[in-house]
Amino acid sequence: MSAQNLRADLRALAALIQPGEKVLDLGCGDGTLLRYLIDARQIVGRGVELAEPNVLTCVGKGLSVRQGNLDEGLRDYPDQSFDTVVLSQTLPYLDNPAFILCEMLRVGRRAVVSFANWGHWRCRLELLFMGRSPLAPGLPQAWHASPRARPLTVRDFIEFCAHARITIARSIYLGESDRALRAARLGENLRVAVAIFEVR
Amino acid sequence: MQNTNSVGIVERQHFTFAQDAPMRLDSGETLGPITLAYETYGALNADRSNAILICHALSGDAHAAGLTPDGKIGWWDDCIGPGKAFDTDKYFVVCSNVIGGCQGSTGPSSIDPRTGKPYALGFPVITIADIVRAQRYLIDHLGIGKLLAVAGGSMGGMQALQWTVSYPERVRAALPLATTARHSPMLIAFSEVGRQAIYADPHWRAGDYYDDGARPNTGLALARMIGHITYLSEASMHHKFGRRLEARERFGYDFGTDFAVESYLHYKGNRFTERFDANSYLYITKAMDYFDLANGNGSLAHAFEKCASLMYLVVSFTSDWLYPPYHSKEMVSALTAIGADVTYCNLQSTWGHDAFLLEVETMTRLISDFLDRVVAHHRIELR
Repeated sequence: MSAQNLRADLRALAALIQPGEKVLDLGCGDGTLLRYLIDARQIVGRGVELAEPNVLTCVGKGLSVRQGNLDEGLRDYPDQSFDTVVLSQTLPYLDNPAFILCEMLRVGRRAVVSFANWGHWRCRLELLFMGRSPLAPGLPQAWHASPRARPLTVRDFIEFCAHARITIARSIYLGESDRALRAARLGENLRVAVAIFEVR
Repeated sequence: MQNTNSVGIVERQHFTFAQDAPMRLDSGETLGPITLAYETYGALNADRSNAILICHALSGDAHAAGLTPDGKIGWWDDCIGPGKAFDTDKYFVVCSNVIGGCQGSTGPSSIDPRTGKPYALGFPVITIADIVRAQRYLIDHLGIGKLLAVAGGSMGGMQALQWTVSYPERVRAALPLATTARHSPMLIAFSEVGRQAIYADPHWRAGDYYDDGARPNTGLALARMIGHITYLSEASMHHKFGRRLEARERFGYDFGTDFAVESYLHYKGNRFTERFDANSYLYITKAMDYFDLANGNGSLAHAFEKCASLMYLVVSFTSDWLYPPYHSKEMVSALTAIGADVTYCNLQSTWGHDAFLLEVETMTRLISDFLDRVVAHHRIELR
């Protein structure tokens, strides 16, 4: 797969990975990102994934994947055994996100986290004027659908990192049309559709 | 996906070794000469790097695929053959019988060269490591320096794991399926009940029954019936038998066979006595009970410490209560901790322990995709 065909948030995330790195992808889904990173950046990749059909698809793509939830998946990895631990569009679905984020930084030299921003202005207007629970940008999942998601915003994440003494080394913000927004501007939380953070 | 391609008619082969220097066993005793029965399918490639060893379960034998000259189909024919999971167009597949067995390999029913009579209980107690040690002689004999993979379900999976621990330099990948790294107390309990059934048969005569016309078939059949219950699940028994009556319209109000499930167990038990030796059943279940990779190695992760460069495909099945998924997760944890390349899948299935033989479509996909990756990773030329 070429970089052009990759979803914009995965493409931005992939750009953070150096060639030859050892990468652990948590909640690796159908393995699209790992496969791309192996082909384009010659990384050594491992995945953890809960859903059986996804695990089979990953094995079909020639990936090394463990079926399981992230709590059990992470526990077994030795300290600092990966260059990068990736959590792509999975954060709102975790039972214990604080624990997983700390574990990611135990297992990896750094972590890369991407998520949809419920702080986007459309979400705010949806709640304010329509009185409906907003759908996160790019996540067409209603409140009653599974899996259960906990909404979070860019500001929530930044404040959490400050509180948990996690250093944000880099942030990449994608707007609604997948275009990269200039980082760290006033009102960023309003315009960001998907945020990608490199934390250490 | 299930296809009808077969490797065709296969002949069982035999390899005899340890004639001059007997093989040392874990117990401290020695055994020799030793004969192993084996079959091979497909062709060895130019640099002898495409060989896969298939290890069988408790009651299995060397006949894993194709047909015997008298038409008996191999026990894993669904997965071994042209275009199948273990694709014989690509791989040279070897299936070896275990020592202690009774289907062409040296076991308690073989003649003890010291006495000229069957070993019976004079046969030394063996372990899974001993079984694997003997297989290594066969792999040496076949001129295979390094196996592409070792694969097996249940006790076959124990051998696959043991291969990687005993001879990590001789294996590239292992596929332990529906198995454990350590026989649990529940498994030991079932083994012991099976053995007690054999001991209790008056024809067993402390194992010394070979000259007698009568065999401890009642005990062996009972052991097998217990085994068969453990290979199924409650759901699969409902599915297979329900409460159906067998050859009766209504309850007999006697102690004849009422239910289909009873009839199934009787049939399986009796058929088993036609092909299996009671003493072999004792020896092999004992070998399984002794199996604990962590024992003598401190921990499971220590046991695997030389296996970091190996690739593993571990598969468990949700309804397998004999070797429950947490057993597989334990080995996956240990393998992850040492940095091995481990793929793990806990497949949804209602078939219980037997699922590893029955979930053919999913297993075919998983195994062939995994083997493709092993081949690509090691840049193996299959021709």
